This record gives sequence, C-alpha cells and structure tokens, in this order.
Amino acid sequence: MFAFLANPARFMAFSAWAAPVLFAGALILFATGIPWALFYSPPDYQMGDTVRIMYVHVPAAWWSMGAYAFMAGASFVGLVWRHVLADVAARAAAPVGAVFAAICLVTGSLWGAPTWGTWWEWDGRMTSMLVLFITYLGYIALWNSVEDEERAARLAAILCLVGAINLPIVKFSVDWWSTLHQPASIMRSGGAAINGEMLGPLLTLGGAYLLLFGALTLMNMRSAIFRRRVESAELRRAQS
Amino acid sequence: MSAFAATFRRELALMWAGGGAIAPLGYFFGATMLVPLAMGPDRALLETAGPPLVWIAAALSVLAMLERLFQADLEDGSLDQMLLSPAPLEVIASAKGAALWVAIGLPIALAGAPVAIALQAPVERVPLIVASLALGTAAFVGVGLIGAALTASVKRAGVLLALIVLPLFAPPIIFGASVASGEEVFAAFSILGGCALAGAALGPIAAAAALRLQAE
Repeated sequence: MFAFLANPARFMAFSAWAAPVLFAGALILFATGIPWALFYSPPDYQMGDTVRIMYVHVPAAWWSMGAYAFMAGASFVGLVWRHVLADVAARAAAPVGAVFAAICLVTGSLWGAPTWGTWWEWDGRMTSMLVLFITYLGYIALWNSVEDEERAARLAAILCLVGAINLPIVKFSVDWWSTLHQPASIMRSGGAAINGEMLGPLLTLGGAYLLLFGALTLMNMRSAIFRRRVESAELRRAQS
Repeated sequence: MSAFAATFRRELALMWAGGGAIAPLGYFFGATMLVPLAMGPDRALLETAGPPLVWIAAALSVLAMLERLFQADLEDGSLDQMLLSPAPLEVIASAKGAALWVAIGLPIALAGAPVAIALQAPVERVPLIVASLALGTAAFVGVGLIGAALTASVKRAGVLLALIVLPLFAPPIIFGASVASGEEVFAAFSILGGCALAGAALGPIAAAAALRLQAE
C-alpha cells in the first residue's frame, strides 16, 4: 500500500477522497462518543463526574505519542529512501501531535486540580509528556528556520529520530527520579481495572482522535504538496 | 598525525585563541552567583537547592558554547575541507566534541567545587559533585554536537538550539543532580556514566549526518 501511495499523483488522487472520509468518520465517532462519555457513562465511585475529563485526556495522550511514532517512522523512510512524501508526512503530522500533547497537558492539569488537589505534579507521565511537547516544538521550529526545503526535511528527520531515542530514556529516567523523590502521596484510583462501561466511550473517542489525526495529517500533506506545485509553477514562469 | 589528533589540536588552539574557558567560566560563576541573591542566603535552603542549581548552571554554560561550534566551520569553508578529507566526518565531529569537553567541560567541572562550597554544599560531597559534573558535561557535549550540527546553517540559532537540546539534557540532569544531592549515588552515577558514553558514541554519528547536509 505504501509503495502504491509513494507516487505523489496517486497519493493526491487517494487523499482527495480519503481525507474527507476520515474526517467524516471522526465526526461520527465524536458525535457518538462525546454524549456517551459525558452523559451515558457511569461516574467514578471516587472521582464522581470529574472522571469524564479522562475521555478527552487519555486519547490525546495516546495519539500524541502515536503521532510521534508515525513521524519517526516517516523520518526513517525519508532518510533511508529519500522519499519526498515521507518528509511531507512527518512534517504534516507534527502540529497535530503537538496540539494533542498540549490538550493532554491542559486537561491533565484540570483533572489533577480536583482529584489530586494540585494543578501539576512532577510525576513520570506528566514530565515525559511535557518533554514530548517540547520535542515537538523543537522539531517544528527547526523545520521553519531552515530555508532550503529538502535540507530542512533531512535535518528535521535526524532530529525526530534522535528524539525517538531520547523520549524512552527520558520516560525511564523520570520514573526512576519520581519514585526516588516522591512519597506515595498521590491518590490514584486508576489502579483498579477500568470499568467496561467506561471502556466503550474511551475506545470510541480513541478511534475518533485517530481518525481526526489521519484526516488533519492528510489535509496538511495535501496543502504542502499544493504549495510546492505553486512554487515550482511560479519558478517556471519566472524563468520563461 | 591522525585526523582525530589533528582536529583535536586545531580546536584546542582555536578555543585557546578565542579566550579559552574564561567566558564560559565567567558565565558559570555569574549564573550561580545569582542563585543566593534570588533565594536568600538561608543555609538550609541552599544546602538542598545548591547542588542541583550548580548542575543547571553547568548545562547552560555548555549550551552557550554550542552555537558557534560548527557555524564557524561552515562559514569559513573548513567544513568543506573536513568533508574532502579521507577521515570519516564522525571521527572529526567526535574530535571536536572531545576538544570542547577538554576546553570547557573539564574547567566547568573543576569550577563546580568552589561554586558548590559557596552554595553551602557539604564539603565531603564536593569531589562527588566535581566527578559527576565531569561526566555530565561530557553527556551535554555529546548531545550538544547534534543540536549544533542541526542548526549550523541557521542564522541566530541560539534559541532554536536551546529548544532542540534542552529535552536531550533531561536524562543527564536527572541523574547528575541526584549524584550531586547525594541520593542513590552509586546507581545514579553509573547511569550518568551511561549517558556520557551514549552521548559520546551517538552524538558524533548524528552530528556527522547533519553536517553532510549542511555542506551540500
């Protein structure tokens, strides 16, 4: 499938209908998942209704990491096979992943205030999500500050792969560090296995975020390819 | 003379001519001087907060030296010469990193001793702080090579370089500050050594890959 889509013309033909289809799928899943999560799922026996933040928070966390893994894969393909579309894909996914990471951080903070009694706790997951967010910002900033498109793509791909090595190390170190620093003061009700009635809306919204990620990434890729075509057309006109 | 030794000597000579470690050391002293001014001279507070802040100041001092590391080579054509030379670019990059560590990292690690004492760290812990800083600056230089190479062609790259490199500084900072604070010293020290070795091994490879693109 990837070999088939590696041709930009075929990719444009495919994404012309794939992006709206994914977007429509995301809308449908959001339309079913949000009411399900907010009104028809049970409140938590400890946290009450605040548990509903989970349905926004957890899928954002999943797919901000998923987006980075996707970018790392695309960067690898771009570096090894020098494929333009892979570069475009990695770049297109970055802002979506960064926004997911930001959503995860903000909603996590809002969730922490009523349940843990603090807006921010330097625990392992939060700290590594913050590092992931900063890594996204560095990646986007590097893309924007190198003028030559092709060089920017390769440099950003190297940075993306370095970050892919760094992030698990950061995760491991922060876990080590926070177990060292913190007494077990955090009340976590997540320890109990998740209730089946909560799993349904959670997975629905997880699917919705995934489809939204796919749709937005495809749209970003399409606009990047259109921009390139415009630029090369202008270049040709200036030369003739 | 091997390419590594030649580059190493050239870099040391250039850094010596450019004032050696005076500027980064001055930065290191200046940054740590502000700490008690901001926190107040409370002894108990400084004893716990001092060693980690020495570590942060050391990280920032190394960071401040990275911007020009490859930019100067790119501008004056030395980078093209390095690419033309039969020695692999990875070897040259690691020689540059080694020279930076000897010229800047080691002096900062040694300067960590008086600074830690001034920040009320217990005197018996000072050798540990110096040793951890020596390893930590090596890790900073290793990952710093990557950031410096990625941003070599960017004008006024300072902020971008910091944004790229700071997340990579997280693991050595965690374990280094843990050693400096005297918590779980042996385990943290071993992992810090691992960070330094990983930086020294992987940094030049990624930096060389980025430098090849910069010269194209």
